[in-house]
Amino acid sequence: MYERVKNLVIKEFIHAFRIKRTVIFLFITPLIQLLIFGYVATMDVNNISTVLYDLDKSFESRELVRRLESSGYFTITYTPRSAVEIRELIDRGKALCAIQINRDFGKDLKRGIPTEIQVIVDGTDSNTALIAMAYVNTIIAKYSKDMMGQRIKAMLSTIDFRTRVWYNPDLRSRNYMVPGVIALIIMLTCLILTSMSVVREREVGTMEQLMVTPITPIELMLGKTIPAGAIGFFDMSLVTFFGVFWFDVPIKGAILLLVLCTGVYLLSVLGIGLFISTISKTQQQALMATFFFFQPAILLSGFATPIETMPEIFQYITYLSPLRYFLIIVRGIFLKGVGISILWPQIAALFVLGIAILSLSALRFKKRLG
Amino acid sequence: MKLLRIKAIAKKEWIQIRRDPFSLAMAFLMPAILLFIYGYAITFDIDRISTIVYDQDKSSLSRELVAEFRESRYFRIISYVEQYGDIDPYLDGGRARVALVIPYDFSKNVRTGRNAQIEVLLDGGDSNTATIAQGYILAISERYGQRIKGSTITPLIDSRSRVWYNTELKSRNFIIPGIIAVIMAVIIAILTSLTIAKEWDRGTMEQLISTPVKKPELIIGKLIPYFLIGFIDTVLSILMSTLLFDVPLRGSISLLLVLSSIFLFGGLSFGILVSIVARTQLDASQIAMLSSFLPAFLLSGFIFSISNMPKPLQIITYFIPARYLVTILKGIFLKGSGLKLLIFETLLLTLFAVVVFAAANRKFHKRID
Repeated sequence: MYERVKNLVIKEFIHAFRIKRTVIFLFITPLIQLLIFGYVATMDVNNISTVLYDLDKSFESRELVRRLESSGYFTITYTPRSAVEIRELIDRGKALCAIQINRDFGKDLKRGIPTEIQVIVDGTDSNTALIAMAYVNTIIAKYSKDMMGQRIKAMLSTIDFRTRVWYNPDLRSRNYMVPGVIALIIMLTCLILTSMSVVREREVGTMEQLMVTPITPIELMLGKTIPAGAIGFFDMSLVTFFGVFWFDVPIKGAILLLVLCTGVYLLSVLGIGLFISTISKTQQQALMATFFFFQPAILLSGFATPIETMPEIFQYITYLSPLRYFLIIVRGIFLKGVGISILWPQIAALFVLGIAILSLSALRFKKRLG
Repeated sequence: MKLLRIKAIAKKEWIQIRRDPFSLAMAFLMPAILLFIYGYAITFDIDRISTIVYDQDKSSLSRELVAEFRESRYFRIISYVEQYGDIDPYLDGGRARVALVIPYDFSKNVRTGRNAQIEVLLDGGDSNTATIAQGYILAISERYGQRIKGSTITPLIDSRSRVWYNTELKSRNFIIPGIIAVIMAVIIAILTSLTIAKEWDRGTMEQLISTPVKKPELIIGKLIPYFLIGFIDTVLSILMSTLLFDVPLRGSISLLLVLSSIFLFGGLSFGILVSIVARTQLDASQIAMLSSFLPAFLLSGFIFSISNMPKPLQIITYFIPARYLVTILKGIFLKGSGLKLLIFETLLLTLFAVVVFAAANRKFHKRID
């Protein structure tokens, strides 16, 4: 059996490496994915393009503007002459935020009379809007406090929230995204590889040739999954390497544990790939089915949005996604440096899920072939 | 170019599609399911952040503070702990994201008018959630500070914030129009990217070559059935967004359909181009992934704002048609923009479609090498 599986694996590799372009894709695809994710997938809000309509032009208004700009969150890109222009700039999406300072702003402040500032935020992107609003209000509130008399100030600033950020103190979203990309890339590559390579044999007609050889279904299955698994491990190392050395993502935990958990994760992934190969007749179907599974699986895994913000029913569904567990594991290892003592529930769940999926698919695979 | 031959190719392709009900079902089910998940499950509104409390003070003041957190919909107190050491497992295991530590002398300090400190520990792993949580905490601290002082001191500067377009700041309104573009980009890429490669793989290309059908006829003929599927998907997505998810459609629906059609034509031609260049189906699927799905998802400005990206990537986004469709969809849905505001996007979408179609014609060789 060992001999036959070995030969099959060699055949698969020969097949994959015969066409140079396929090889390039297998290696380049994960890299490009990582690069784009690393650079793009950030929700950090900086340099919000801001319209400033300053009717006052006093020392006080300039000081406020200086504070807004030096915060790094806002960049004044337009200073229109009329209020109508504000509307147009925001309509066209050239600016996300507009600040209007009325006449007499400085005078009122000096006299201690309460005054107003108009802030307009484009709410299209609700998250950015929320963060932008929080920043503006904080900066204005701070300025307002600084302009108050000492006596009143003493009454106001009594409670001080000292926030300490753990694990990712600079709040770099890259540190959060890059480990997640590992889970994503392994899944996508392995699903496409396993499902399409089995279906290709069927579509092109070489499956019959394989069936007349003494290879058993289990051996065929191993022969198809082992190369995909090997490429999965390779992708994992590639992404980890580039994540750490290119993107400076810290890896605080044990790399050995990461390798081990990747193996456990591969059980489910390869199982799903085999399952897809049993339900599709053509490579196009396999590709469709892969995406049909893959997209909801990412969405309902906590990759982009936290699971606890989902409605309860969907939260239960996430328990069925191997990605969910693996994401907690990779992020735990990368960011928190935690070990088996904390991650064992996830590892156990992933293992059980993997064995279940793999054996179900294997049974189906065997039946379809037999 | 003969209409008859185009019709014949379109008919042949349609029969092939019909014979594969599995793929056809997926082509309609996928947008529906994705929209369903995006509409119901995925929200970028951060609320119910799991929080643990270590209240050393246990006074009425500290309980009020905790109540302030509990009553805001942003935080959900999941547990109380009694010592520092108990905090770690919660944060390490990811069961809580925020830990609130109220020190022994909190109420004493507040009463005597001294500076009272509250310690907040935040899981910064998910930097986005953490940033937003910080904003919420700030807001609560201001409110609470005013309340316990019973003070009526109005702040000197009152910042009047107004939100335009998506006034309730519902992320659903922002995601749904964008996701329609992504779904369309993905579906048409999968549908068409394999279509020519399949003919080569199976050897049916030789049969097509031996017929008098010309290159543009073959390409247009192959496009038509997929265009129809894509168009139905678009209409389906628009209907679902407005009827099921109450996303406001402020602009003109006919403009939306016309511009989406231009996008569909360009995207389908691109899929065919991929299929021509790739030859094998595995390669075609990889190219389609890299050139359609990823850019549409990441570089279109659908979730991640383009102005935040590094300059080289910003330039790349200009070559990604989904970028224009996302702007168009968001503009028409949320802002009610007309053609005048969207003219730049429309022109570039058209340019893309024409160029790609021409490239597909050029690259396609009707011969066996």
